[in-house]
Amino acid sequence: MIKTDILIIGAGPTGLFAVFEAGLLQLKCHLIDALPQAGGQCSEIYPKKPIYDIPGFPEVLAGDLVDNLMEQIKPFQPGFTLGERAQTIEKLADGTFIVTTNKGTKHHAPIVAIAGGLGSFEPRKPLLENLTKYEDNGIAYIIKDPEVYRDKKVVIAGGGDSALDWSIFLADVAKKVTLVHRRSEFRGALDSVEKVQHLKNEGKIDLITPAEIVGLYGESKLQSVSIKKSDSEDLITLEVDNFIPLFGLSPKLGPIGDWGLEIEKNAIKVDNTLDYQTNIPGVYAIGDVNTYPGKLKLILCGFHEATLMCQSAYQRIYPDKKYVMKYTTVGGVTGFDGSKKEAPKAVVKAID
Amino acid sequence: MTDIKIKITDREGVLHEIDAPTDMNMNLMEVVRSYELAPEGTIGICGGMAMCASCQCYIESNHELPEKSDDEEAMLAEAFNVEENSRLGCQLHITEDMAGLEVVLAPEES
Repeated sequence: MIKTDILIIGAGPTGLFAVFEAGLLQLKCHLIDALPQAGGQCSEIYPKKPIYDIPGFPEVLAGDLVDNLMEQIKPFQPGFTLGERAQTIEKLADGTFIVTTNKGTKHHAPIVAIAGGLGSFEPRKPLLENLTKYEDNGIAYIIKDPEVYRDKKVVIAGGGDSALDWSIFLADVAKKVTLVHRRSEFRGALDSVEKVQHLKNEGKIDLITPAEIVGLYGESKLQSVSIKKSDSEDLITLEVDNFIPLFGLSPKLGPIGDWGLEIEKNAIKVDNTLDYQTNIPGVYAIGDVNTYPGKLKLILCGFHEATLMCQSAYQRIYPDKKYVMKYTTVGGVTGFDGSKKEAPKAVVKAID
Repeated sequence: MTDIKIKITDREGVLHEIDAPTDMNMNLMEVVRSYELAPEGTIGICGGMAMCASCQCYIESNHELPEKSDDEEAMLAEAFNVEENSRLGCQLHITEDMAGLEVVLAPEES
């Protein structure tokens, strides 16, 4: 059982900054995220896109913002449960919570802060008949263990970085890799596109473009797919062991929607803008995942909400302690790792 | 403030004739959101960067629209329910030339 003071669900910018604000109050944080890395949308959807409305940064790439946030919270040594989705919440008699992920990892905390952004990111699934029939029986949307594909006939669909990168990787693992994309141009990194071209020339990857998978066939397990090229009415049938559609991710509120929280317009309603607490005392919602009158879905608003949430969480954990908000310029930053950042002391010198 | 009339058919098949401002630097996705023609969280998920296809729409009128950028082309190449007349609403900035534009919102991806 992982124990912490504030359990943050969602490791996007708002969740990460909450670690910093909690750290200033000497509260420990642990973050859960369905994605395998921290950063939320910024890392997953647009790491190379510039953001222009972060105070103090005339322009910052989303990925760099995440890197900076990770650096900023390093002294507060947050824990991470990545690649797992927060599935259930249980309120104990003492008012604390146990949150369990889809992989069974349990977390115990007096405070739960949902910073889930647009929700957990789920794979975008192609609109194909029998798709669900073959899920885990030949179809997978995420490659967890490449060894599963050793000496197998694999078809990958998609035109982004994931499709290119996995085609390149599996070219040395699988018996045969076929990459199917709806057009001949790829949106992935130029270097990856060139590598795929090279592997195609070497005969290590079969490329079928512009084309789409239109049919899935097999008894209990996927055995073949049919492919339609845009410039032909004929169908190509390929015997396959595995089909991996890599069409990116789309956000869903997911299991959080069943936690008994008030939901309005796909977002968690918070009762007030004093501390962003939900209808379940001790459970907060901050950042893009919440809604209240006047809500703006901006990273900087998430930072503000995270700050107020932490103050409220402190009072909830230590109801008898009076906390006075301090400025970092005065109090410095004391990390859990023993590090201390503070302004240099002024030199006092007497004048004769 | 200059407005133009455009017709948008939502995902329920309901036709809305709305006034779209041309002087607020809005795109079609933002217009759809401001008129709440689709549930919150289902249109413009990526914020308007052509990185999701949640604002995909079909252009039904014969307006000459700006060419698709590489980003838009690439996203539409990965999106579902794509037709010949598909565009991403976030890439279509509202201008006076678009008066009378008729669009249908593409189905929401599962």
